[in-house]
Amino acid sequence: MKIEVLGTGCAKCKTLEAVAKEAIAKSGLFVQLEKVEDIMKIMEYQVVSTPALVIDGKVVSTGKVLSVDEVLAFMKK
Amino acid sequence: MWKESVDYFIYDVLKLEGHGGEAINFFIYDTFKIWFLLITIIFVVSYLRTHFNTEYVRAHLQGKSELYGNVLAALFGIITPFCSCSAIPLFLGFIQARIPIGVTFSFLISSPMNNEIAIALLFGLFGWKVTAIYIGFGLLVAIVGGFVIGRLKMERYVLMDVKPMQGELEEVKISLTTKDRVQEAYTYTRDIFKSIYLYVLAGVGIGALIHGYIPADFIAAYAGAQNPFAVIIAVLMGIPMYSNAAGVIPLVEVLTAKGMLLGTALSFMMAVTALSLPEAMILKKILHIKLIATFFGIVGLGIIAIGYLFNFLL
Repeated sequence: MKIEVLGTGCAKCKTLEAVAKEAIAKSGLFVQLEKVEDIMKIMEYQVVSTPALVIDGKVVSTGKVLSVDEVLAFMKK
Repeated sequence: MWKESVDYFIYDVLKLEGHGGEAINFFIYDTFKIWFLLITIIFVVSYLRTHFNTEYVRAHLQGKSELYGNVLAALFGIITPFCSCSAIPLFLGFIQARIPIGVTFSFLISSPMNNEIAIALLFGLFGWKVTAIYIGFGLLVAIVGGFVIGRLKMERYVLMDVKPMQGELEEVKISLTTKDRVQEAYTYTRDIFKSIYLYVLAGVGIGALIHGYIPADFIAAYAGAQNPFAVIIAVLMGIPMYSNAAGVIPLVEVLTAKGMLLGTALSFMMAVTALSLPEAMILKKILHIKLIATFFGIVGLGIIAIGYLFNFLL
């Protein structure tokens, strides 16, 4: 599984990255986490409000900080 | 009912009198009233918002004619949340979708101006009429401002080269259950309230002091009809106060009660929400300073015109 956090470096984006890390640790799964800061790459995902969360290439959330449980729920889907 | 309870508590239980009693009464009454309204309105707005996101707005603005696009963008600005940290992806993403920059600016003006905190406070402190005037004229500034910027053909001042995409956009679909939406609205309300309740307290506190101690003619002399430059000064003062709508609006209510003209108050509040220095700094990474200055200039002039219009009419 691969999780990407899209964000241009604002405070909320860093929070979401930390949340994603915690969720991955809790899940016990082997997950590759990547922070995408390149605006052009972010736009390729059709995202215009950051932070956004992408799991295996699919955008699951945009424009908000999720909780650890929410990220875990997305990982199970 | 709340008013009577506070009156009873201050004047009968604590037996406070005079200016001090009045100031404390005002402080307690206003603080709790505003907190209650903020929580209610932010919750309702953020629940409604779970149905919209900026990606949805973009998909619906794509391919619309210019003036219609400006109107639609300004209206969408009411319902979508705006964070200045998202300004860059938003701006570039809209260009990518071939949305004219004038339409994008309509959205960029309307969205922070019609934020839920400002609307909740206006509604609670000034009533629905002033709130409606604020939203109505805010939309007008957003529509006309965006349209004028669009006419100026300033596309070349966008410093980043974005390839317009081919074809129609697909919406980024994010499905949520009602329970998820309530949960999200709750979290959002809690976070917003945590970040502003102290500002409200400070705003109402200073307001209460003014209410109790500073005579009306003092305010009227500086911010009332006697000062012809009041509107312009109010707008200039509003620019650095971005994101402090929570503290500023309770203060403005008191100033208005003490003789500040409503037009001046409206201009000031619009300047606080719509013209933000941090947002300008962020946009500077992708926009030429000329375009940002034009944006501030047009919005500033529009807000000033509204202030004078109201002071003249009322």
